[in-house]
Formats: sequence, C-alpha cells, structure tokens
Amino acid sequence: MAKYIPETIQKGDLLPPDVQALVDQKAKKSAYSYNARRSPYSMLWTVILSIVSVIYIVPVLLVLINSFKKKAYISRNPFNIPTGKMFVGLENYANGIEKIGFFSAFLNSIIITVGSVIVIILCCSMAGWYITRVNSIFTKCFYYLCVFSMIVPFQMVMYTLAKTSDALHLGNPWGIIVVYLGFGAGLAVFMFCGFAKSIPLEIEEAAMIDGCNPVQTYFQVVMPILKPTAISVAILEAMWIWNDYLLPSLVLDKTKYKTIPIAIQYLKGGYGSVDMGAMMAMLVLAILPIIIFYAFSQKYIIDGVVAGAVKG
Amino acid sequence: MSKKELRIYFPLFAMPTFIAFMIGFIVPFGLGIYLSFCKFTTVNDAVPVGLKNYTDMFNDTDFKHALWYTALFAVVSVITINFFGFAIAMLLTKGIRGTNIFRTVFFMPNLIGGIVLGYIWQLILNGILAQFDLTLTFNEVYGFWGLIILMNWQQIGYMMIIYIAGIQNVPPDLIEAAKIDGATGRQVLGHVILPMVMPSITICTFLTLTNSFKLFDQNLALTNGLPSNRSELLALNIYNTFYGRVGFEGVGQAKAVVFSLIVGALAIVQLVATHRKEVQQ
Repeated sequence: MAKYIPETIQKGDLLPPDVQALVDQKAKKSAYSYNARRSPYSMLWTVILSIVSVIYIVPVLLVLINSFKKKAYISRNPFNIPTGKMFVGLENYANGIEKIGFFSAFLNSIIITVGSVIVIILCCSMAGWYITRVNSIFTKCFYYLCVFSMIVPFQMVMYTLAKTSDALHLGNPWGIIVVYLGFGAGLAVFMFCGFAKSIPLEIEEAAMIDGCNPVQTYFQVVMPILKPTAISVAILEAMWIWNDYLLPSLVLDKTKYKTIPIAIQYLKGGYGSVDMGAMMAMLVLAILPIIIFYAFSQKYIIDGVVAGAVKG
Repeated sequence: MSKKELRIYFPLFAMPTFIAFMIGFIVPFGLGIYLSFCKFTTVNDAVPVGLKNYTDMFNDTDFKHALWYTALFAVVSVITINFFGFAIAMLLTKGIRGTNIFRTVFFMPNLIGGIVLGYIWQLILNGILAQFDLTLTFNEVYGFWGLIILMNWQQIGYMMIIYIAGIQNVPPDLIEAAKIDGATGRQVLGHVILPMVMPSITICTFLTLTNSFKLFDQNLALTNGLPSNRSELLALNIYNTFYGRVGFEGVGQAKAVVFSLIVGALAIVQLVATHRKEVQQ
C-alpha cells in the first residue's frame, strides 16, 4: 500500500493491469478496514439512520398524499390521510395538467435539457482539448474567462442576457440551447481541460504517425478517453438545466413555451389564489420523472457528482 | 501533431463554444458593467449617469436589509449543512448495515428543483405553523428558518457524498497507526481525519457559501420576500428591482455588480483560507 496512486484515477479509466490491481486493492482495503471494526453501536445507528431516512422521505410522500385531497382541505389539514369527502381521486391531476399545459412543458424541458447537454458535451470537449493542446495566449484567456464565469452570479448578466438573446431571437427551445452552451461552458470547459491535460501526448502522436488528421485523432482517439469526464459533466449540467427556473423564464417567450419549473411557478403567479390541489398534483408530476431516472442511474449520478467536485 | 497544424482547426473545435460563450456570458457581462453606470429602461435608451446608481442603491433600505439577511443566512446554512453532511458521512463510512440505501435517500432531494422544493416546504411549514395560528409569511424569522431547513434538506446529501469520498481516501494505515499510538476516537477525528479531508472541506464550504449567496428559486417559491420584502435574499432583491419597479433598472444592475464583487471576494477569501489548512499527502 506504500505505492502512491494519483488522485485523478477514476473508476472506468483505462489503466495498465498492475496499476489497476493496486487501485482495486486500495478500494478493498479501505472497505475492509471499516467493515472489520463494526462498532457495537452499529445496529443502533442503523435504527437511528432509518428513522432519519423516513423523515427525509416524508415531505415527498406528504405532497403525494395531498395530491389526492380536495383543494379546500389541503392548507387546513396537510397531515391527514385523504378519506371520505376529502378524497378526490385524480381530479387534481386532470385539473393541473389542463391549467398549465403540463405535457407541452414536459416536452420543452426534455428538448432543452437533452439538446443542451449533448451540445455542451460535444462543443466543450472539443474546445477543452483544443485549449489544452494549442496553449496560446488566446486560449489561455479563454480558459480563465471560463473559470471566472463559474463564480459570477446569474443576476449579474440576467437583464443583459435576456436582452441579447431577444435581439438574436433565441427565445425558443432550440435557441435557448445556444444560451445554455454559453452559460454552461464555464464548468464544462474547466472540467474537460483538467482531464485533457492528463492524457499522455504520446497516444495522440501515435495516432498522427498512423496517418490521422486532428479531426480523426479527436473523434477516434481522444473522445473515447474523455468519456468518464463527459458523463460527470452531463450529469452536473443536466441537474442544473432541468431544474433551472430564472434563465428560461427570462429568455423564453413565455406565452408560447414553458418548462416544468416555469409552469409550476405560473400556477401561483397567474391566478389570484393558488389552486393547492393542482399545485400538489403538478409537484408530484414534476418529481416523479426525476425519481424514476435517479432509481436507474443513481450510481452514475453520485460518482459524477464526486468526480465533478474533486476537480472543481 | 504540431500546434500550428491544430490551430487551423479553430473554427471546428473552439469556435462554436467561443461564439456561444460570447453571447451567453462575455457580451452580457460587459454590457452589464457599462449599464450599471447608466439610466435606462431598455438597452437602447441608456444615458450615462456616473455613480448615481451606486449611491441610490445604498439609500435603499430593502437592499441593506437583504444584504444582512443573506449574510446571516449564508453563515447559518454553511455551518449547519457542513456539520450534518460531515457527521452523516462519518456514520456512513463505518460499514453500518444499509449504508447504500441511506446514501441514496439522503442524496435524493438534490435532484428536485428549487421551485418545486420551495412549494413542498411551504405546504409542510405552513401546515405546522397553522397549528399555532401562524403562517410562514407572518414574520421574517419564520421565512429565515424555513429556508435554512429547506436548504439543509436539499444540500446535506450532496455534501455528504463529497465528504464520504474524502473520508474513504484517508489511508487506513494512518488511522491504525494513530490508534496503536493510543489516540482516542476523538483525537483520531481531530488530528488525522479532519486534516486529511481538508480538500473536501474546502470544496464543500465553497459550494455551500456560493449556493447560499446565489439562492433564488427557493426564496421565490417559499416566501417570495413576504412579509413586505423582509425575507428577501439578495438575488431576489435584485430581480425585484429589475422587474418590479420601472425606472430602477440601472440601480438593479449596480446592485448586481456589487453582488458579483461580494460573491467573488468571499469565494476567493474562503478558498485561500481553507486551502492553507490542507496537508500535503
């Protein structure tokens, strides 16, 4: 265990067999050493953490329960199970879906999130690699501007960004992808640069000697190596874009296009008094796809967050 | 491949990102700085007015209140989120039964968006306060603690994940050696684990600090600044200055510049301060 394993090595990286063995050994050892000394309080902690977990899930369950309740009862008795005259079945859902046009909002959210993430991954991985390899004054400036843009709060560019995108007619689900590429470039370029630096130049040189031009080198050699970083970036950007409210609400033409967060906020803003029933039902519909997605890909999501944080 | 050869490929590799970055960040940012010295209602009718927007800004009592409210909120949320995140991470690296399930559950709220989170907690907190004939918007104090609870619920899981990765990176031999030398559990934590996970602490305090300062969606959905702008955080205050009061766009932009400077300065100070405490492995 005395041998040093660089921190940048991640699961899924291609490693020589002896290094891979060391990494495996390290992972095993740290897992064992904690398991081997299961404290006598272990069961007690399991019980306590189980209770905390249940408390953690309660808010979501509460919204689910209330979504089946008649709207007049929700504010007054949010903690009661809907029975008898309180229970309205799926009425709230039908109501809410119609009021805010849920399905078109859902479709917009999907188009914007998937489209932006694909464009960000493709363009920023190319830019990140280009910046690292060319390494001129211009690319250095570009890199530092990207890092800088990560700290700047959105309110700083909020108004002017809305005006700029208006002038360029980007106020539709396809145009907003350009805005997301621009505003999301900071994190993505930063992460791709960090990883591209660690790729040995020899690999690319070998490809060049074998007759690849830069385009072939990039798509056939570099891009597959960047895959683990691309997954992290995709997850971080997707979490941000799917849930983003302010940027699309300012950039999109709201009379025509809504995303899910905008649609939910509209439920409150558009009417004098809030229809709590429809609100609860729409909250459930907003959460449900995320939870299903999370259930299937939680390992990637959690690993992606860790990788992103360690490099950020 | 030579740099020169690659440089010709600028239009393919870097141009798309560069143009989008100009549209999405550089131009709005530069224009924003210029407009903070102007009076305007749309970009085209901007008239330079010097520092007037900045002086007006500090006569705005709501803004000053939002500044303190945000600072207090950031301090409390950074401390609570990191404390609970780290404590749970410690428990989940002890090999307790069910660790994976707990990890999954605690991380889950992160995936739910701010607007949705705000309305979920509005329902719950109003439901609890209703037992005492109160509402969340009765007093700024309720809004404050409501936001703290909400942010803890959302972010503990995220920080926990980062701390778990940090704790698992501590070489087990180091802990073993300390124990053989007779260190108690508390000493191992304070003198071995904490210094070794300092990089994670740097990242987590940075994330929680900037997140708390930039918080907008949750604030908008939970209280929307009620009662009478008393529970407004900085980001919401700036938004309301832009879109709630005609003729105050310049002041809003000036506030945004000051806001950016505050966040930037805090981020740098915090990074330098905690980075210095990191030990070389």
